[in-house]
Amino acid sequence: MANKIVTEEARKQIGKAGEARTYDVERGAIRRFAEAVGDPNPLFNDEHEARKTRFGGMIAMPTFYRSMGSPIPDIKIEALGATFRGLDGGSDWEYFNPIRPGDRITVQTRLVDLRESEGRLGTMVFITMETSYTNQFGAVCATQRSTAIRY
Amino acid sequence: MAKQIYFEDVEVGSEIGPLEKNPTTQQLVKYAGASGDFYQIHYDKDFALANKLPGVILHGALKNGFLAQLMTDFAGAEGWVRKLSVQYRGMDQPGTKVVCRGKVVKKYHDNGHHLVDCEIWLENAKGEKTTPGSATVILPARHAH
Repeated sequence: MANKIVTEEARKQIGKAGEARTYDVERGAIRRFAEAVGDPNPLFNDEHEARKTRFGGMIAMPTFYRSMGSPIPDIKIEALGATFRGLDGGSDWEYFNPIRPGDRITVQTRLVDLRESEGRLGTMVFITMETSYTNQFGAVCATQRSTAIRY
Repeated sequence: MAKQIYFEDVEVGSEIGPLEKNPTTQQLVKYAGASGDFYQIHYDKDFALANKLPGVILHGALKNGFLAQLMTDFAGAEGWVRKLSVQYRGMDQPGTKVVCRGKVVKKYHDNGHHLVDCEIWLENAKGEKTTPGSATVILPARHAH
């Protein structure tokens, strides 16, 4: 059966990237983020203690990346129109390298999957975006996949 | 630094946590500021009620942060959280406790690393899993395997 909403034309947008954003990571921002979550781990809060570890200094906690946004690519799905409702389904993270104070992180979000299925709310559209976080040495620190559900 | 756990110390079924959190509206405001997520359903009660919510609700990403804390505590300074997945299934409100828990579901070696896969979740005061997920952690080993 042909898709009702996610047409072949719509799927051609897979791979489309939003505008990249670059952030300078400050020590205070790393600490404030950990404080907001309520995580007292010395790795994320205490330079003196963190220096004694194999990291040799403070690093950011795994969800610090949420403070560095980037615009999602402009995706057109004709049947959804402008007034669709959405739900944030969650996140899938992969971590490759730590992020440290003074790092310069480039953030970019791409559409990596677009599909539909029939659910109790009618036809549900799953829009999967992947955001990559790359440091000033060209090393990917993390990727985040998020699936938004539109119905 | 907390005591380090090693690959040899964990078995399939080993429990992780619990990590209890008591989020307040003040914490939601702090998190909004730290993360830059200023969607009003997380701090403006009138706005939340007008959007058919029972009141302000926790940021999904804050619950993701709580589960990240559970796993970085487990991994210790010698370990590394390699993967972390969370699914937002239910809403949670400030003023009531939430508890993060997990258990080891697989132990294995890959590419010279000692890895454990874990099932993780955040549950509300009624014990309902509002935010299930999974994680993969690299642990240090006492001995080469």
